[in-house]
Formats: sequence, C-alpha cells, structure tokens
Amino acid sequence: MNLFGFGKKRRAPDEAPASPRGRGVLAFAHTAEVIRAEAALKAAGFSVRVMGPPPDMRTGCDMVVEFDLLREVAVRRVLAEAGLDPLAAAPVRAGMLAPVSLFSTTDFGDWLMVRAANMKITIARADLRIVNISGGGCPDVPALAELLVGRSLADAPAPLSRGQTLCAYSLELAFQEARRLLKVSA
Amino acid sequence: MTAHAPWLICGSVPDETFAADTNGLAVGPCGLDGHAVLHLNGVAVPVRRGTPALLAACCAACAHLGIDPPEALLAADAGRGEGSRTLYAHLAASLPEITPRGLTFHYLFPDVAGHDRVLLAAQALPARPLLIADAGFMYAAKMSGQAREYDLFTPDAGELAFLADELAPHPFYTRGFLLGPDRDPATLARRAWDSGGAARTLLVKGSRDLVVTRGVLAHSINGTNTPAMAAIGGTGDTLTGMVTALAMASRALPEACAIAALANRLLGVLARPTPATPVSELIPHIPAALREALAR
Repeated sequence: MNLFGFGKKRRAPDEAPASPRGRGVLAFAHTAEVIRAEAALKAAGFSVRVMGPPPDMRTGCDMVVEFDLLREVAVRRVLAEAGLDPLAAAPVRAGMLAPVSLFSTTDFGDWLMVRAANMKITIARADLRIVNISGGGCPDVPALAELLVGRSLADAPAPLSRGQTLCAYSLELAFQEARRLLKVSA
Repeated sequence: MTAHAPWLICGSVPDETFAADTNGLAVGPCGLDGHAVLHLNGVAVPVRRGTPALLAACCAACAHLGIDPPEALLAADAGRGEGSRTLYAHLAASLPEITPRGLTFHYLFPDVAGHDRVLLAAQALPARPLLIADAGFMYAAKMSGQAREYDLFTPDAGELAFLADELAPHPFYTRGFLLGPDRDPATLARRAWDSGGAARTLLVKGSRDLVVTRGVLAHSINGTNTPAMAAIGGTGDTLTGMVTALAMASRALPEACAIAALANRLLGVLARPTPATPVSELIPHIPAALREALAR
C-alpha cells in the first residue's frame, strides 16, 4: 500500500486538493492524543486526517495526524490550547528532515543581525529595538514586520503568537536566538 | 501578443481589511505617489515592505526607462492564506482575458493546488508569458515540481539551499548539509537545476550576486557591497521590482538580472543606509542607480 502517494505522477489540480508535497505529519505519545488532536483540529476548521506513520516516525505510536505543513504554527496553537504536545512533526515526503537549527549572526557594531533559515531579525544594541526584519516569503512576514519593527526585543510579542506559517516559525527561532545572545528575557 | 499587453504583478498586502469592498482583491494599473505611497485603482497602499515595495521599485524603474508601469493584482492576506487562495482562483479564471506578456509572482501563501491552477492557465494562453517568481509563490513553484516551467527565481542564500534540496518542502526544513557559510552558491545553483528545483534563470542574492542560467553561471556581480543592505527588509523586493521593469523593457532576463543586481547594490552606495534604514528610503535613489548600472 502506498499511504503517502510516493512515486505517483502529479495529478491535475482539481483531483488533488492537497498535494503530498505540502503535507506533514504530527506524532503523539498516545493514540488517544492523536484522536483528540484530530477532533480539535477539525473543530478549528483544519483539513486533517489520521494515518499510519511513515517508518522513520514509528516511535511507539501507531498513528499520526496528517495536516497542511504550511499551517503548522496555527495547528500547534490549536493543539496547545487543547493541552496537546506532539512528539514530532515532519513533512510527509521526507520524514527524516528536521527543522533548520543553524543560526548565523552578523555584528554591525551598533546592531546585531540574527538569521535562522530564511529569516533575519536586526536589533539595535543601545535600546534593544527591533529595527528590521527581512527574508521569508509567506504573507505573514510583512504583517509580522509591521507588528514587531520599532518595538523592544523585551516586550515585543513572540512571532509565533501571531504568525501562521513556517516563515513565522523561522522568525521565532531568530527572535529567541537574538534574545538569548543579547541576554533579554520576556 | 503585442508589447502593449500588460505585465501583471501578483502579491499581497499584509492587511486583512484591504480592498474589503472588492472581496479582498484590488487589480489595475499602479502608480507611485512620492516614494512611500502606491496607488492602485484609487486605493492608497503604504510602501513599507513586501509586494508594495516591489511595485514601488518597479514603478520607479519604469518611469526611468520611459515605459508604462505594470498592472497589479493584490490580495488582502496577513498570513491566513485565504486572500492568496482568492487571488489564485481569480487569476486562473481571468488570465485568458488579461493575456499578459509577463507575470511576476511575489508574497503569496504557498498553496500548491492554487499554484498549479495558475500555471496551467498560463500555459494554456496562446502566447506563453514570461514567468518570474519570488517569495512564497517561488516556494509553491518548487514544491509543485514544476520549477523549470519558470523563467526566473530570485532566491537568497537560504532559499537557494531549499531549491537545491529535492526533499525540502519549505526553507524551514532544508537539510543542514546544504546550509552554512562554506556552501558555494554556484554549486548549489547547479544542484538546484539538476534536481528540478530551479527556474531556467536564477538570480541568487548574496554578498556576491549570481546569475545562473540552466545551471551555468552567466554573471557574477560583486563590489559596491553595502553589508547593511542584508538587514533591510525589502531589498530583495526592490531587486525583483527592477528586474521586472527591465524585462518589461524587453531586456533579456540574464542581462536584466545583472543590471538590476548592480543597480540594487548601487542603492546601498547612494542611500548610505544603516541596518535600521527602511526600504522606502532606498526607492528615491532608483533612477540614479539604474542610470549608473545601465552605463557600465
């Protein structure tokens, strides 16, 4: 059985409302959590389904929740509100892939720029203001930039509290790394 | 198709209340009012970053080149993706009527099914338009497995690693061995082309900008480097805007990329920005930057 459609030819869009390339899976510690997660996410309007896990995600659970990967931030928010904490999340087509964990920093003297994946955040050292946000391609990036630029790293809302996409997730990583490097606590 | 056929730039405005009277979509010719406000069919759009910054740069470049400005199709979308999906549906249905000679896609939610509908509609036109993709739509184009149908992608270093990773569905999941400062962009661009993750031409943004056509390095633009530009949100948007304007003026894409890359770097010299400078302060320098880049 080919649960995930690997090796299939691309179907016409009308036949493929959800391309496997844009889908991810969430693994939980217990089956009961999988069911609760499915119910919570469906109630919140997400297109999800319970499936057998890919081989590399068989960590004791026998089901995973398949979801639209680009909605991961919003999905995790709904799960958190329901008291659910998934063990792992991964793209359907590449279960071994892990989120980017590499950071790079650029020291501009009066400013520090931190990069995570495709997102960069720049902080003024003097007053810890966020002065620029760049990179990314999802439409919540400009919205997050308008929200965050000009605010202090200490009291700005975490990008994940408002973002919806994986670009927001990348920005969250850069944001938290900047807080760590500049010894800022929320 | 004539030279008078429109060039359409498709993207989003990060405001869910934008164009509320027209289903969250605004379409029509756009114009620049000063350097910080864009007008689209009577609707004022502030130029701070994202697609409005791309449009502002394109309008400024078109004025310098003596050609008509582009048309724009903008969706209200602050990240939920609903506006982008509305745009995809509208565009797929209206492309046969618009028959554009070129399309530039920008900040849109990377929805593969929506992307596929738009691409099929573009491919069905009597004359195939030039296709330029940046930002979220570029992610969707790569995810769809149809990157080679595109004439130009404009990735930065992180996005190039994503294009070169045949398994990655988003830059966030790019495998670590493709990232890092020691990775050679020209090698990654070749890998991206060989694995089907690249458009026919790539304009790779970095400390050295590269133009790579079908996996082969065509131009390398360095010098006049202003490091602060890397921190400024929207400098990639100004670059894509100027490339689009040069393509609208019938420059071949590799040449358009090289000129625009040099002009974008000259913006850094002319504006003398700090890492805290907003992109709107760069746009007034576009005519001078283009003039100098075209003269070299």
